[in-house]
Amino acid sequence: MAARLRSEGWEVVVVDESEEALGRLGPNWPGEFHLGHGMDTSILEQAGIADADAFIASTDGDNTNIVIAQVAKRRYEVPAVAARILDPARADFYSGRGFNVVSPTSTAIAELSESVLSAGGS
Amino acid sequence: MFVVVIGGGKVGVSVTRTLLALGHELVLVEQERGRYERLEEEFQHRAIHGDGTEIFVLEQAGLGRPPDILVAVTGDDEDNIVICQLAQEKYGVPKVIARVNDPRNEPHFDLLGISPTVSATSMVLALVEHEVPQHELVHLLELRKENLEIVEVEIKKSSAAAGKRVEDLHLPQTARLISVVRDGRAEIAVGSTELHVGDQVLAILEPGSEDDLRSVLLSS
Repeated sequence: MAARLRSEGWEVVVVDESEEALGRLGPNWPGEFHLGHGMDTSILEQAGIADADAFIASTDGDNTNIVIAQVAKRRYEVPAVAARILDPARADFYSGRGFNVVSPTSTAIAELSESVLSAGGS
Repeated sequence: MFVVVIGGGKVGVSVTRTLLALGHELVLVEQERGRYERLEEEFQHRAIHGDGTEIFVLEQAGLGRPPDILVAVTGDDEDNIVICQLAQEKYGVPKVIARVNDPRNEPHFDLLGISPTVSATSMVLALVEHEVPQHELVHLLELRKENLEIVEVEIKKSSAAAGKRVEDLHLPQTARLISVVRDGRAEIAVGSTELHVGDQVLAILEPGSEDDLRSVLLSS
């Protein structure tokens, strides 16, 4: 996600708890990287959240993403906020609350069902 | 009252025991299997196994009725926030109480309208206190806004307080005993309650009076 936005010309800052994440960004990651937890507002502020045009919460914890997306939206008033929520039930509940909810599980269910149904029909 | 407690750690269990002893209806949700099994032995059907941030688990716990109070005391602040948001906004629970594990997260709770919160000292400190018996006073809760804290003390063989009634103790003005747990049963501490060796005593006090309380309950 970070690499793709970067290649499209965005200035991208990545925050992650683990330095391995920096490794995954490739050897020549040209953007900023901040080591720390997304719940830690001092890290978010260092990363420049107050001036961000967009904020994406895509940690591997649904609840962390739910909380920091709301913090980004309400406290820092970031114009575009998105959160990854795997659990479809929580994804439903948090939809339409000022930030975009992306549920990979629901998307996968839809796509898998679609592919099975279209295969069955052919 | 009907109370749902999410998180079967020390705080969750103490709250559950104390409220059950007061005759309230309780459900306690714990995610970790081993801990749940121990809770089930003590609380039977009142203990539920599952992730309290999952909607079907909350419904199993009776959120749909809804409870009069929901207490979110897991070790994860993000989980406690989500549990309280679901309870308040999806189920209309009139009162939620949340535990804050990391005081730096307190503004997140405030921002998202979750109050009151109970700000525990860091989990590490609590764990250290459990591991180090000579520390004697275990901090359970800090009521930050109210400037109060709740601690647990075990009455020792050497304590002069053993065998005394609560009303005969010279407690500091800034401290009160809440309850006494003896043989797994909790009882509210009143003037006539007699302290025995091995009793787990819960006390509420103003920060700074720890030494006074310690000397009343523990010195020989």
